[in-house]
Amino acid sequence: MSRYILPLVAVIVLIVFLVIGLTRGDPRALPSPYIGKPAPEFELPKLKDSSATVSTEDFRGQVALVNVWATWCVQCRAEHQFLMDLAANDSIPIYGINWRDTQPEALRWLQQLGDPYVASGFDVDGVVGIDWGVYGAPESFLVNADGVVLYKQLGPLNWQIWERDFVPLIVSGDISQ
Amino acid sequence: MKRLLILAIAMFAVAPVAAIDTDRAFDDPELQARYEKIISEVRCLKCQNQSIKDSNVFLAADLRREIRRLISEGKTNGEIQDFLVTRYGEFALYRPRASGKTLILWIAPFLLVLFGGFAMFRVVRHRMALPIDDDSVREG
Amino acid sequence: MIPEIGQFALILALSLAICQGVIPLIGAYRNDVAMMSVAKTAATGQFVFVAVAFGCLTWSFLTSDFSVLYVANHSQLSLPTIYKISAVWGAHEGSLLMWILILAAWTVAVARFSSALPEAFAARVIGVLGLLSIGFLLFALLTSNPFDRLTPPAADGADLNPLLQDPGLAIHPPLLYIGYVGFSVAFAFAIAAMLSGDLDQRWAKWTRPWTTLAWMFLTLGIMLGSWWAYYELGWGGWWFWDPVENASFMPWLIGTALIHSLAVTERRGLFKSWTLLLAITAFSLSLLGTFLVRSGIIVSVHAFATDPTRGFFILAFLAIVVIGALILYAWRAPSLDSEVGFSLLSRETFLLLNNVLLVVAATLVLMGTLAPLVIELLNGGKISIGPPWFEIAFLVPMIPLVLLLGVGMHTAWRTQDKRPWVALLRIPAIAAIVIGVLLPLLFYGRTSLLLALGVAAAVWIIVMSLIQPVRSMRRKEGAAAITRSALGMSVAHLGMGLFVLGVTLTSAFNIESDRALTPGESIDVGAYEFEMRELRDVQGPNYSAVEAIIEIRKGGEFVATVRPQKRQYLVQKSWMTEAGIHVAWNKDLFVALGDQLGNGAWSVRVQYKPMIRFIWFGAIIMALGGLIAVSDRRYRLTASKPSRVSSTATETA
Repeated sequence: MSRYILPLVAVIVLIVFLVIGLTRGDPRALPSPYIGKPAPEFELPKLKDSSATVSTEDFRGQVALVNVWATWCVQCRAEHQFLMDLAANDSIPIYGINWRDTQPEALRWLQQLGDPYVASGFDVDGVVGIDWGVYGAPESFLVNADGVVLYKQLGPLNWQIWERDFVPLIVSGDISQ
Repeated sequence: MKRLLILAIAMFAVAPVAAIDTDRAFDDPELQARYEKIISEVRCLKCQNQSIKDSNVFLAADLRREIRRLISEGKTNGEIQDFLVTRYGEFALYRPRASGKTLILWIAPFLLVLFGGFAMFRVVRHRMALPIDDDSVREG
Repeated sequence: MIPEIGQFALILALSLAICQGVIPLIGAYRNDVAMMSVAKTAATGQFVFVAVAFGCLTWSFLTSDFSVLYVANHSQLSLPTIYKISAVWGAHEGSLLMWILILAAWTVAVARFSSALPEAFAARVIGVLGLLSIGFLLFALLTSNPFDRLTPPAADGADLNPLLQDPGLAIHPPLLYIGYVGFSVAFAFAIAAMLSGDLDQRWAKWTRPWTTLAWMFLTLGIMLGSWWAYYELGWGGWWFWDPVENASFMPWLIGTALIHSLAVTERRGLFKSWTLLLAITAFSLSLLGTFLVRSGIIVSVHAFATDPTRGFFILAFLAIVVIGALILYAWRAPSLDSEVGFSLLSRETFLLLNNVLLVVAATLVLMGTLAPLVIELLNGGKISIGPPWFEIAFLVPMIPLVLLLGVGMHTAWRTQDKRPWVALLRIPAIAAIVIGVLLPLLFYGRTSLLLALGVAAAVWIIVMSLIQPVRSMRRKEGAAAITRSALGMSVAHLGMGLFVLGVTLTSAFNIESDRALTPGESIDVGAYEFEMRELRDVQGPNYSAVEAIIEIRKGGEFVATVRPQKRQYLVQKSWMTEAGIHVAWNKDLFVALGDQLGNGAWSVRVQYKPMIRFIWFGAIIMALGGLIAVSDRRYRLTASKPSRVSSTATETA
């Protein structure tokens, strides 16, 4: 008798998985393997002053937001105003990684739209981007005082996401909310 | 459809800094073969299900470049896989590594064939014991 | 006006589908002839109205009516007319309408050719098909209406995805859908049998031609998709184990098992519950395929970008249909077993083994496609399962299958004497092994175990498939000729042998190379030299392109000129690679342009692909075999007296 019911049971289980799968959201969203782990270290020439460098050491000891951006990235433009407002609030230092861009264009962008970053590193060949597991701009990482990645945001930030996902982590300081 | 469209435009709005490889990566045919095999098994994370070997986007080209560097530094295939997994997770590899949960994936083909064979054995044995000559009729 | 007519026609079709789905089934239960006779009329009516709706949508495309949202999204004034037509099924809403049309067409065909079926049975079959139509029509009308308006109308459309502006891609979906949807007929036959409680050899005989026909179309549809991907996507691959490809391959594997299982059920009344389950599974996999493609649940370059609401609808429909069918199965199947037997060495054993291996293969493909989702939902993280896993996993059941494929058709039903069987197999087996080892060595310079196995299996299948037809051609005066059913079987298996040969040789000996070239430079691949002679700009009807003129030479002798292009379509601004391919019967020389580099150089990918045409040619021959088998006189409409069955090895399959 059981072998006639088996297909039915198997199908029901499968359908349950598919239902849950449908509610899951974007199947292409890739969670970061660095959550809860130390952020990879980098040292990049400053976008605005190539003779100086910006590195992970610069924000060790404070909670910081690392934002990956580029001038060719349409969504980065959409996100930019939020970053300006966030910087104006003075709540958290924002460091930028200018990913696979050209220096003159990047400088012009910051000049035209404003510079919310404490400093931006110029990642011309994308090595640091790859190190951080970046695959599409904009991406933002929340890093705590010990250099551990608390959260990664894929796509542009806005106030709703900030309040819901970032603020609780900033307050608590680690990944368990 | 719209999202696909935007994605396509965004992808090609990038200055085409790199492309499919423009030359043999390695003069040594063994290294070259190894390189080609590895890149055919790494997912292009920005694409809709393509390997970095078959993709034109700059992320794919960057990853190919990093892999070339790692091979020429003498890293093993396992170390190259670790490099990718540390940064992008297991999702980056088209060949699931045999560990814990994925071990079942690699054993499954053999398990299923064995199971099928066993089921067959039981059916055939049962049928061998039954009368063969019968009045099976078929409309002509 | 026309879109309104189309919309209205769809609503009328739905009401007719409701009549078609509900009344005959009640009629069959109550043995009410009047109610049962509604089936054929309602089915015809539904088809007419769906055809009207489809015609209205096509008209909207042909007249570039951009007040219809679907047309505005997928067409363009400068789109060539043939693609305006194929754009009708180029995206979700339109292809769904085509699905509904094809389902209605199959139903009308069943209604038309069902005079040999008992009234109640035919009523049930058409009724079940009507229920399916209801589901799809509701889906269209409620969530995916192709006739939604766009106000104000667009001045020009967003253009059809350039990937779809190709003849191959124009016929691939229709053929594929005819196959996918065709399995709903076998499904309906299965449900009808379970509802009435009668499942016998006659039932199997009725079901076989419909199933074979659907299988034939699915084979052609998949083959076209593979061939198209090869020349259009630019990188020379012909199968990617992409989830959407797998979605069409799984019904094919189960459909093949179903055809073979029906043969046993028809012949000996055995494997009835297996046949039922396979019939249910084949169509369920078609539905699952549609779900995977249209719900956005998996990542694929083939997927229609659509939203979860539609996904939920299809999933709900899938759940109702499949769970309903399996409940019926659990109820009826236990009483179906018959008490006849067969020997260890018999055709029944081989067909059983064939089906076990095909089901294992289909299960593995399903596993590989859905495991990443399941693992992620179980908090196991995100993994990828790609060709490296599929290729190995698929070979595990396939190697025994191709090795034994040549044997089953020469094994007698019930019991086979060993001596004549071995005598028949011995020489071809030895020949196959010898050719398997030598052919790769002599023609391509090396050999290996897997390679020899593949070539030997292919030769073995080809030779064994030719035995019965050849014997029939050389038969003595008065001896019976081979039946079309048996000829079809031989031809289909022959096609499989050619397919295996193509896959084995092209996978093993394909050479590719990437290089940056400027005019005047050349690259060597295999024995061939590819020289870029010229780069120039060309204009197409709705695109502009860069074309490279590449001359191919072998040992200094001119072979061919190919013209790969890199096109930019004017509206969507996306870039497309058109490969330049030189085709010969035993190889392809494939050239594709990559990207423009500095200094007037372009990156070029060149490939030497031996025997690749055999892959698609083999598939066409397989489909041809199916067609021949279906045309057997046995399946013609007149019911006739039952007759004794004989058990010689050359009997019909």
